[in-house]
Amino acid sequence: MEHTLTAGSVTGDRPRPEKNYLNQTTGIWSWMTTVDHKRIGIMYLVAISAAFLIGGVFALLVRLALLNPQHTLFGKEWVTAEAYNRFFTLHGVVMVFLFIIPSVPASLANFVLPMMLGAKDVAFPRINLMSFYLWCAGAVLGITSMVLGAVDTGWTFYTPYSTTTDGTVSLMTMAAFVLGFSSIFTGLNFIATVHKLRAPGMGFFDMPLFVWGIYATALIQILATPVLAITLVLLMIERAFQIGIFDSRIGGDPVLFQHFFWFYSHPAVYIMILPGMAIISELVPTFCRKTMFGYRAIAYSSVSLALVSFIVWGHHMFVAGESDLANVIFSALTFLVAIPSGVKMFNWLSTMYKGNISFETPMCYVLSFLFLFAIGGLTGLFFSTLAVDIHLTDTYFVVAHFHYVMMGGTVIAFLGGLHYWWPKMTGKMYKEIWGQVGCLLVFIGFNMTFGSQFIMGGQGMPRRYFNYLDQFQPIHAFSTYGSWVLGSGLFLTAINLLASLKMGEPAPDNPWGATTMEWQSSSPPITHNFEEQPVLEHEPYDYRPRTVTHV
Amino acid sequence: MSTTTADLHHDPHGQDPHGHGNGHGHGHDPRHQHHFATMEQQFDTSKIGMWLFLATEVLTFGGLFAGFGLMQNKYPREFVEAHLQLQRLPGAANTVVLLISSFTMVMAVLSARTNQIAKTVRYLWLTVGCAGIFMCIKAYEYHHKFEEGLLPGMFYHHEGDLIAGSHGYSAFFSFYFMMTGLHGLHVLIGMGMLSWLAIRAKRGEFSDKYYTPVDLVGLFWHLVDMIWIYLFPLYYLIS
Repeated sequence: MEHTLTAGSVTGDRPRPEKNYLNQTTGIWSWMTTVDHKRIGIMYLVAISAAFLIGGVFALLVRLALLNPQHTLFGKEWVTAEAYNRFFTLHGVVMVFLFIIPSVPASLANFVLPMMLGAKDVAFPRINLMSFYLWCAGAVLGITSMVLGAVDTGWTFYTPYSTTTDGTVSLMTMAAFVLGFSSIFTGLNFIATVHKLRAPGMGFFDMPLFVWGIYATALIQILATPVLAITLVLLMIERAFQIGIFDSRIGGDPVLFQHFFWFYSHPAVYIMILPGMAIISELVPTFCRKTMFGYRAIAYSSVSLALVSFIVWGHHMFVAGESDLANVIFSALTFLVAIPSGVKMFNWLSTMYKGNISFETPMCYVLSFLFLFAIGGLTGLFFSTLAVDIHLTDTYFVVAHFHYVMMGGTVIAFLGGLHYWWPKMTGKMYKEIWGQVGCLLVFIGFNMTFGSQFIMGGQGMPRRYFNYLDQFQPIHAFSTYGSWVLGSGLFLTAINLLASLKMGEPAPDNPWGATTMEWQSSSPPITHNFEEQPVLEHEPYDYRPRTVTHV
Repeated sequence: MSTTTADLHHDPHGQDPHGHGNGHGHGHDPRHQHHFATMEQQFDTSKIGMWLFLATEVLTFGGLFAGFGLMQNKYPREFVEAHLQLQRLPGAANTVVLLISSFTMVMAVLSARTNQIAKTVRYLWLTVGCAGIFMCIKAYEYHHKFEEGLLPGMFYHHEGDLIAGSHGYSAFFSFYFMMTGLHGLHVLIGMGMLSWLAIRAKRGEFSDKYYTPVDLVGLFWHLVDMIWIYLFPLYYLIS
């Protein structure tokens, strides 16, 4: 039978297999010992969501502490400066190391990347499981350090404060060290998977752009994380043996720590944002029903962002005593970051141009991302400009910029991706309207919380300060109200997704009519993903109508 | 369905949704994991994984090399003086021992690949033996440092330094112990893995059809050897 249909039409007419990856085996032990990338992805998703919740609670506490300069609630002072220092440190450490670095790669990509390549699993399934348990070990260490007395250094562990302060800094750095290995093993797995497990006929430039983005991320995970690992070991040894490398009282150099730290942690910022961009590159063509404009440009821009990320770390030390020459060089290099980011942005917009756009929840998140990431990206240029940077260093402008990229970029894209692949992962459809309302609330709350911080920062409000001048009170209060809107949006989104597990309609195999390979599986997929080895038949985003043989 | 499937791979397992373990002929290798089409693909993938891991090892040590370089730049005279406390003869002997162990490792891989498993077992134990000698010599050297008070950081209490009170000496020995210590840890881990391989080889688990673990541990062992080749001149031959 021959008939015409769009390559990515909604399919669900196939009989649903009785056994899928969720009910193939049962019992907690079958999950604990699984080597199925889909189950590990789900376990990671649950784990990082819990971390996101903890980090989010600390964020709300930080905002609440700054509601007024007297730090009072209902007329009573409720928080000390020391507690406040711990709130923002724990918010930072939990969000960065436990949530955002593993967020997209370890949960969503773990689930869909092998399926996008038509593979049955990642290259090293047992290492994948080990990565998850390392994450758990890191989380346990981190939580232990919080319980035993918390850390007040900020997530950057800057010396000399971190080598002299009391508290459980060594335990927390140990946690970050272990989490680093979890991240390395995830990256290692993806690189080997992309190189060796693509479907028959699929070349590198036939891969979905999501895979390109995750591949670039994995390169950074492999190349940068070991340097952080050894830096944290040096920090622990400095605290234990006083070897005089970072502590200036005994001949060390505190700026050296900053160099070591940012040599990892600047690339790490791209570990966080590249997967977000990778998700957007999937959602835009699907919901505009159009071939990706500039496929190769986006693929190359992912890899070039990964490479550029290694040569710009010095812009974190413009005011830390770096030489003028180094400052000028790092400033010029930092501007390079704007090029691949801009290439992506314009290609997404060009794909949308004259597209057949539909506004399901994932697409709402795309629009939110484009708006917020544009602001986050452009304010980044303020910091590569030396003179402006010196004015804005360590103000709320930095906080706002960072959150526009990390939350407005990565977290928004993560939520978009979560809604996009949710039917595939769970086999259930969530309520569209509540997804959209949640997205809108998040968007409004986010802009209230952090948009206002640009204004404060420009006026000179320094970051991380517990006390502030009365003149900033209205803006601080506005920002705090925003955090409540943001929180309620996220809460609504969580309820909507969780409710779908119980009450959602069964999901069709391809609810969005997408063209990439993961949608050829049933929803939810069987344990080995596909009934038959899929073979590449068209480019990843081929939405042209065509004739196919109906079997 | 909008897909036609043709099995370009002629892969007997691709068509089988359960992958493995249902006893249909073809001489199915039990070590063949279900998500690989062929054993060659599985072998190549494992090798990529090992090379990537080695890259992370190089970068880990790279951080320490960079730290050492910066400290040497800061305290050039102290570092030259401090390195005279190291004993060149045991250091050189260790270099020779490790080079020999790399040779025996190569022979172990080669004999596994050519299906001479008795030889593989022998060469693996020889490699373990060399690593053991290395650790003994290292322990002797460490003992000497402990006696002299040439210790890292705040534990340094050596008498008679030319520039009294300088932090350069303790910095030198901090890095000496961190880098040789981390390297020694790798040697110990390597010894464990090599012994495990030798036992498995003795049980007849390896052949020319399957020797991936021997090959991968071999790669790891050469890296451990190579790091020492850099450490030796760095610490023992400063001028």
